[in-house]
Amino acid sequence: MTQGQQVDPMLSVRGVWKAFDGHPVLRGIDLDVGASEVVTLIGASGSGKSTLLRCVNGLETVDAGQILLDGSIDVTDPSTNLDQVRRRVGIVFQSFNLFPHMSVIDNVMLAPRKVLGHSVEVAREDGMRLLKQFGLADKAGEYPDRLSGGQSQRVAIVRALAMRPELMLFDEITSALDPMLVGEVLDAVRALSRDGLTIVMATHEMAFAREVSSRVCYLHGGVVLESGDPSTFFDQPVHEQTKMFLKRINAPR
Amino acid sequence: MNTPAPGADVVFVDPQRRALRQRKARRDALVGMLSLIGFVAVVGFLLARSPGWIAVQETFFDPEQFADSFPGLLEAFLLNIRIFLIAEPLILIVGLLIALARMLKAPIFLPIRVIATIYVDVFRGVPTILVIFLLGFGVPALGLEGVPNDPIFWGTAALVLSYGAYVAEVFRAGINSIHPSQRMAARSLGLNSWQTDRFVVIPQATRNVIPPLLNDFISLQKDTALVAVLGPIEILRRAQIDASFSFNYTPYVAAALIFIALTIPMTRFADWVQARAMRRRRAGAVA
Ligand SMILES: Nc1ncnc2c1ncn2[C@@H]1O[C@H](COP(=O)(O)OP(=O)(O)OP(=O)(O)O)[C@@H](O)[C@H]1O
Ligand SMILES: [Mg+2]
Repeated sequence: MTQGQQVDPMLSVRGVWKAFDGHPVLRGIDLDVGASEVVTLIGASGSGKSTLLRCVNGLETVDAGQILLDGSIDVTDPSTNLDQVRRRVGIVFQSFNLFPHMSVIDNVMLAPRKVLGHSVEVAREDGMRLLKQFGLADKAGEYPDRLSGGQSQRVAIVRALAMRPELMLFDEITSALDPMLVGEVLDAVRALSRDGLTIVMATHEMAFAREVSSRVCYLHGGVVLESGDPSTFFDQPVHEQTKMFLKRINAPR
Repeated sequence: MNTPAPGADVVFVDPQRRALRQRKARRDALVGMLSLIGFVAVVGFLLARSPGWIAVQETFFDPEQFADSFPGLLEAFLLNIRIFLIAEPLILIVGLLIALARMLKAPIFLPIRVIATIYVDVFRGVPTILVIFLLGFGVPALGLEGVPNDPIFWGTAALVLSYGAYVAEVFRAGINSIHPSQRMAARSLGLNSWQTDRFVVIPQATRNVIPPLLNDFISLQKDTALVAVLGPIEILRRAQIDASFSFNYTPYVAAALIFIALTIPMTRFADWVQARAMRRRRAGAVA
């Protein structure tokens, strides 16, 4: 399916439509994400950022259009095995959704063991390495109800990373945190982007978006209304709607 | 009086206030005690003066009768315990299987889902004692080859079927109580539907249903006595026999005490588990 010499983007969203109960949320979204890119989705509440991210790893079905991974696997094709897709696409949510009945390390090891078939030893070693990398080594035996919000969210990131995804989706992963704890989670994302992981994230942290993004996309009216590299996007927005949104976001709350 | 410096890392209670609190606590305890003693004295006095008291005492609380029948009752109670210990694990298995069957979503499983639903509807609707009658007298009456006609077997089977329906509903409620985001998180990691149930949903659901299940166990303990209608000499039947010999109801009272001796610890345990689960949930709710 490769066209000529062109390298397929890691993720290609093509004309995706999605409605809930007759209310259109996505109206023909197009978005390409290349390897090691960090693409940030911004937009008003309800503009469909979460919906788009959930469509990408098949947690939500689309009404029309295609979502291609590596130009070859079509997430929207009903015959595609979504469990296979989800091995390659990790997602972290605003509400950490850790498994409360398992210790931190068991949370991290579950999918590598059951989905990838790793042995306990391999999964544990790998998991401990990741936990250490994110400053959580001493929390391995702890249960989620003993963690702070920032620690919980970092565990959720490690849990998703343990599957070695090629593409990582972050859905407002700092929104549920105390302002004091946002920094440690952003540091983790920063480290991942530096390591070259491909990331698509929705966020309200504009300063952070400007710092780490390779591209910023503004969702409005169910489409990507405007996108560009962070400095152009934030400093010289073109569309009236984008300007208004940025002004509102930057105004002291 | 030495007051610590403001901000000092100590617990500081004004000594006068402390003394006041202690006095009040002592007074409260004393009033409670006196009130209870007074109440018991008045009730006891009224009972003893009531015309039928002597008769009641002789019929229900005859020490000699009590001593005579107690060992036999205790021995018969072993049968109740045996029925309970065999029925309980089977009930848990039946309940969990039925709950899972009712949650199968694929269209091909529609028959299983329908059967499971009918089972629950029927056995929750029919009184347990009726199920015991039907199975215990009905099935052996068929005289089928290779089918046991032991009343204990059928009594236990009836308890399993009847309680299995209740426990299935408890499990189902427990599974439904797990927030969809847990399932979503598991699926997003690549776990398939079955793995998600097996490793994420069911373990949490099981934990949530332990308190209600303990309550069902307690009531099962008592309902083992229903098997008496089929004739095996368990504790109620034993008491009945003793009572009919002596025209005295003391054996029934003794049997009641034996049941209570077993259920009270179990009830306290259930309360404790429930309180602990509540604390856990409150702590977990922060996340
Ligand atoms: N499962 C659902 N059922 C019905 N409506 C839904 C569902 N999920 C999302 N929606 C609706 O779709 C719209 C887009 O929601 P979405 O969560 O994608 O927005 P968002 O951009 O992520 O907003 P926020 O910034 O508040 O997270 C909203 O109007 C929401 O009410
Ligand atoms: Mg959202």
